[in-house]
Order: sequence, then C-alpha cells, then structure tokens
Amino acid sequence: MLRDITIGQYYPADSVIHKLDPRTKLTATLIYVVSLFVFRGMAGFVAVTLGLLIIIRVSKVPFFYMIKGLKAIMIIVVITVIFNLFLTPGEAIVTFWKLKITWEGLKNAGFLTVRLIYLILGSSVLTLTTTPNQLTDGLEKALKPLNKLHVPVHEISMMMSIALRFIPILVEETDKIMKAQLARGADFESGNLVKKAKSMVPLLVPLFISAFRRANDLAMAMEARCYHGGEGRTKMKPLKYKKRDGVTYVVIAAYFAVVVSLRLVL
Amino acid sequence: MSIILDKVSYVYSEKTAYEIQALKNISLKIQDGEFIGIIGHTGSGKSTLIQHLNGLMRASSGGIYYNGQDIYDEDYNRKELRGKVGLVFQYPEHQLFETTIFADVCFGPKNQGFSRKESELKAFSALRSVGLPEDYWYRSPFELSGGQKRRVAIAGVLAMDPEVLVLDEPTAGLDPKGRNEILDQVARLQRERNITIILVSHSMEDVANYVDRLIVMNQGSILFDGTPKEVFAHYQELEAVGLAAPQVTYLMHDLSQYGIPVCGMATTMEEAKQLILQAFAKK
Amino acid sequence: MNFIEARKLIHEYIRRDEEENVESILTALDGVDLDVKQGEFVAVLGHNGSGKSTLAKHLNLLLHPSGGTLWVDGKNTQEADSLWDIRQNVGMVFQNPDNQIIASVVEEDVAFGPENIGIPTSEIWGRVERSLKSVGMIQYRQHSPNKLSGGQKQRVAIAGVMAMEPKCIVLDEPTAMLDPNGRKEVLDAVVRLNQEKGVTVILITHYMEEVIRADKVYVMDHGKVVMQGVPRAIFSQVDALKSYRLDVPQITLLAHELHEAGLPIPDGILTRQELVEALCQLY
Repeated sequence: MLRDITIGQYYPADSVIHKLDPRTKLTATLIYVVSLFVFRGMAGFVAVTLGLLIIIRVSKVPFFYMIKGLKAIMIIVVITVIFNLFLTPGEAIVTFWKLKITWEGLKNAGFLTVRLIYLILGSSVLTLTTTPNQLTDGLEKALKPLNKLHVPVHEISMMMSIALRFIPILVEETDKIMKAQLARGADFESGNLVKKAKSMVPLLVPLFISAFRRANDLAMAMEARCYHGGEGRTKMKPLKYKKRDGVTYVVIAAYFAVVVSLRLVL
Repeated sequence: MSIILDKVSYVYSEKTAYEIQALKNISLKIQDGEFIGIIGHTGSGKSTLIQHLNGLMRASSGGIYYNGQDIYDEDYNRKELRGKVGLVFQYPEHQLFETTIFADVCFGPKNQGFSRKESELKAFSALRSVGLPEDYWYRSPFELSGGQKRRVAIAGVLAMDPEVLVLDEPTAGLDPKGRNEILDQVARLQRERNITIILVSHSMEDVANYVDRLIVMNQGSILFDGTPKEVFAHYQELEAVGLAAPQVTYLMHDLSQYGIPVCGMATTMEEAKQLILQAFAKK
Repeated sequence: MNFIEARKLIHEYIRRDEEENVESILTALDGVDLDVKQGEFVAVLGHNGSGKSTLAKHLNLLLHPSGGTLWVDGKNTQEADSLWDIRQNVGMVFQNPDNQIIASVVEEDVAFGPENIGIPTSEIWGRVERSLKSVGMIQYRQHSPNKLSGGQKQRVAIAGVMAMEPKCIVLDEPTAMLDPNGRKEVLDAVVRLNQEKGVTVILITHYMEEVIRADKVYVMDHGKVVMQGVPRAIFSQVDALKSYRLDVPQITLLAHELHEAGLPIPDGILTRQELVEALCQLY
C-alpha cells in the first residue's frame, strides 16, 4: 500500500545528469522552477517545454516512469483547473446556470496546468537522478553559509539522511504490526471516522514505541562510533565541482536568460 | 477438523522485475490435535506459508480448506477464521499496546464481538494457561522481560479460543532457560487445551524435542514431511540445503561407524543416552 | 598491564520519581573484576538481565561506573580526556543490526566512523575496502543495507567498527536476532578478525556454542562474575551452569548425563569428535 508511492524514487542510470554535483542540480532545479513562473506567452511556453524535454532525454529516465509520478497530484491539478475555469472574471464563452467559462479563465487554467505538471516533472528529475544521500550532502554543503547564522545545517542534514534510511524499515514494520493485530481480529477498515481513528491505536502504539527504541539504539551506536557532531568530520565522498558542472551552470543561465528576455521582448 | 492446502502457490510482486515465487505448489493436510514443527531458512517460505493458514495472505493459486470449507469462498467468514487459527508473530513488541497486560489480552475476544464480561473471562483463562503469575496482570506490558512479553503475546491470541495455534519463532532472542520454559508451556497447552500447534523454528534441537511431525521447507517447497526420526534420517540431504540434524543424530552415525553397535537413530539427547547405555550394557 | 582491567566495578540504575526521590536502585554490576589481554578472545556468558550488556557498555564508555575502577588500554576511564581515544580503540557492535547502520549505502556506512574521527578522504577509501574485505562483504559495497540478510548486516556493522582500526571490539549479543546461518557467518568473521588481525575480541552472548572457541569465558549472574576459566573448565560444571539459567551444548550435556549414568567419560567434552573418541576408548 505505502510501497506503491513512486514519486521521485532514485532511478539508477548512467547519464550526465546522474553524475552532476548535487549542488549543481539543486541550483538548476531552482532556476527551472523560477522560470516556470516567469515565462509568458506561446514563445515562453515553447522554451520551457523544450528545456524540460531535453533534460528528461539527457537524464535517461524512461518517460513513462516519470509520468507515473504525476498520478498522485492529478487531483490537485483538476481542482485548480476547475477553480480557474469558473472563477476568472472576463468575457464569457459558455454559460450554464450561474457558472460561466471565460476566455481568460481557459487561458489561466491552461497555463496553470502546464506550470504545475512541469514543476512536478522538473523537480522529479532531481530526485530521480540523485540518491537521497547525495541530495542531503548537496544541501548540507550548499547551505553551509547559514552556519554563521547558527542554523544547525549539519544536524539537519544528518537527520534527513537518517530519516531516509529508516523510512523503509518503519514501513515494513507497520506492515508487520498491522498483520499481528489483524491476526487478533483487529479491523482497520470498517466503521465511521471516529471508529477508524480509534482502531489505529493498536497500530500506532507499537509503532511509536519501536521508533523510539530504534532512535535510542541508533544514538548509542553513533556515539560508540565517535560521532560528535559535524566538527572535525571528514568525508568519504566530498563534493567537488567538475568541468561538467561548470558547463551546466552556463547552460542553465543561458536558458534562464532566454526565458526572461522572451517575457520582456514579447 | 483439519486444514487442507491444495496446490497452494504464492508469488510476491507478480509481473514485475522483482517477482519472487515464495510458495510453490504446496499440498498439505493438518489433522486435529497435531503438534507440528516447520523448519527452514529465512526466505524458505515458512512465514509466508503460515500467513496463508489464517487467511492473512491470499494464495496466488490453489485452494485452502478449513474443516472442509473453502476459505476463499465468497460467503466464507474469513474474519472468523482468524479467531479459529490463531497466529502469534515473532516479535511480541508488534502487538502489545494496551496500558495493562490484562486489557491487552482482552483485545482479541473483544474484536470477536464478545461482551466485556466474556472477554475478561477468556483473558483470565488465557493468562492462566500461559503461566504468567497473577501479580503481573495489571502491570504495563512494556515492563516485562522478553520471555514474559512472549507469554502475554501468546495469551493475547489464546484468548480468542483458537482451534489451531501457530507460533512463529516463539523462542527467538530468549536465553536458554526462557526458551525451554516457553516450549514446555506450549507443549502443555497442546495437551491441556487439546489444540493443534504449529511451531515455526530454525532450531532443530528445539523442534526435535517437542513435535510429532516435522515439515522442512526449502525454496518455497516442502522438502520433507514426517516424524522427526524420518526427517532426520535424511541428514545428508538436509545438510545439502544448509540445514542440519541435531548433533546427537550425527553422533549415533559416527559411533556405529567406529564399531559401537548403537541400534537405531536418535533425535533427542534422552534417546541418544538410552541407546549408548544399551550398547555398553550388551558388551 | 592488561588491555582491559576492571576492579570491583559497580553500576547502579537509579530510578527517581517526579520529586527526584530515589524510587528504586537496580544494581546491574556488583563488584565485577575483568582482565583481558591484548589479542585475546574473551566471552562473557549470562542469561538476559545478568548484567552482561551493562558491562559491555562500560568498555567503551557508553556508561560510567557508579563505583570501582576501569582501565582500558592503560587509561583510567574516569579521566575525561581519554573518552574519544578509548571509543576509537574499543569498537562496539550491538544486537539489532538495523539500529546501528546509519547510511543507506554499505560503503558509506562503513566510512561513518573514520569520517567522525577526521581521517583524510583518500585513507577512508583504503580503510573501507580493507574492512569490508576482512568480513567478506566487499562485493556488497554499493548495496543498500535494507536488501541484506541479518548476518550480512551484522558483518557490515563489524566492518564499520573495523574501519576505525580499533585494538579491541566488543560484541553485545551480535547473533541474538539472527538465524543459524547468520550466526555462523558472524561468528566466523569475528574469529577470523581475532586470529588473523590480532584484534582483541570480547563477545557477549547467551549461546553456549559460540564460546567454545574463546580463550577465556566469564559467566555472569545477578551482576556478578560467578565463573571464569577456559571453555573446557566452564563446561565441565554442567549443574552450575544450569543453575545460572544457561544450558550447555547438546554433546557436552550428553557426555555429562552418560557420566552420571556410570560411564567413566572425562569432564568437559566440547565436540562430537571428542565424545566419539572417549566412547571408543571405553568400549
């Protein structure tokens, strides 16, 4: 059940994008997301579409695999479209009862759908080509300047990577606890909302107890292996920019310049 | 009363790259009142098999009949089946959740729809059966030792009055004394409550001491099915799949090779002792 | 001086109520003396709750004694500045393999320790490779720990400790949650580290079979060391072991029973081979 969620799970492949420094990918994704909100008009649309298609092609992640991740957000897209379609004031094209669809509404809804879908696809390229560990490493290093503002950057990234390691373990454990309680006649499905919420207690109590226990064990194991925060720590795989990262920065900057100038010119 | 498995197969993640056939054409008949041991490696399919017996998992193909009724029949009450075939999982920590032990044991009968009074009576008798002293009953289940938690978990299933009790690795992580205590208790349950017991284990010595019938699983199939003596006679085949007979079985074999006439084979220490003493007496 | 020396070590768990009044005191260690020489393989046996895990946690300063003294590698553990030195030289492997693996890739987990003590990048790679090889897990370096078996995970945990190049490793019931194959894998890896790399090993366990290969065995009960000596000497005292909630390997037990029944078999038989030889000589 929980295992079916596939949005953004790492897809191993041998592509240039997979090999890029995670910081480069983070920056590029950020710029791409901004460009989605900057672009205007058909020319801009063509530019962001081309950009996305090229990235997907280069990443060597099968297209259908990316589309699968969209299913989960389809409901949000539909709701947004409906709101925009009916609630944008302007010249009506079709009217039935009190609702009218306007030309502006149609346009808004269209662009919004594009923006949302491209946003998900664009950022899923990041998670599909970057292992969670690389991602946290990249975040840690990219956010390092915040250390001066007393933001515990190292601790946050350590927590993230530990969470990523334990999510599959806890998912599996949830499954086991569920089965153990089902074997005692528990019922997680029928009944109203209150009854359903109540029926979760036999599932949640063992799960929390186990999670605390694991956290306790893990803290002890980390301490035993001389963990004492980020200070004086070295890395097995330190992040280093390579030539391809430089090229990527240039390409993404050029792309952004095109999108912005298209908006200004047209 | 019996459980019949007819050509049961189970496939994990069917039609994907990760497809694994966990059970392959298992046919099996479990009679009333038997004491059965199931042994096999991690991943041999033994855990998957027992989850089919109470309908928690549904076979990919094949049929399962409980007392002659097809449990996959549309109008068969599978929820009721879970009460008849009680399944105790390996880690008691996965099921204990109430504030007191007694309340926790009441959980099963309450789910079956019994009134509070009836549930409490059943919990009372179940806790008695597993031999947990009464002064523990109103304590938190989380304060208990490993062996005591295991007892409470067994009581929690026993309170549902199952006709068959399936225990998955009930001794894992216990120390030797705790291990023997739990197994003795289970054996007593089988006699006193006259229920069928299915014990999943990977300890040959444990199993040999207690069960009447042994089922050896390997790679999703049944490799051997018979009395411990019959099964352990195949100790060479067992070894080929990485399992081993009890040490005393090998000892008997070694002794006869060295010319000490021990007659017959042994699977428990007691048997080995008798056979050796007989051989020396005849000398 | 010995690598580890404990004199009259005491550890009390003190439970306080909300007003900081002492509610109860549990003495987990009660005057323990322990001597471990560099390069030795020492086993500590005891049932659950005998204090053996508490003792293990003192050896790399995860716990501090309430009384008595402990020297590790010539340093008094009371002195605060020796903490990281001792942790680096005394590695620790725990019971649950899942709860001690930090990273999502095997090699990155093994690198965690060296990273913490500030080893330069180029040397980390060498250490990771060497320690994964020493436990036979090098071919899994790129794998996710979630896909490994229990025995393999535990070997990764050992590699993670070995990568810090400690003089000694303490294993706190490393096999309690494993199946027989996993147990064998882990034990073989530990024995190999001891014999080939000269690492001092302290193995905490309740499986008697695992201590046969040790140089010295300590038996604990109620926070005290109640027996110590070479495995053979320990195993010859079957009745004493039983009284400490432990049991002896099936073969040793059989030899003991035969002795009781009047066959003049020597004490402290450990292996099947020894028993066969002893019986052949008598026959």
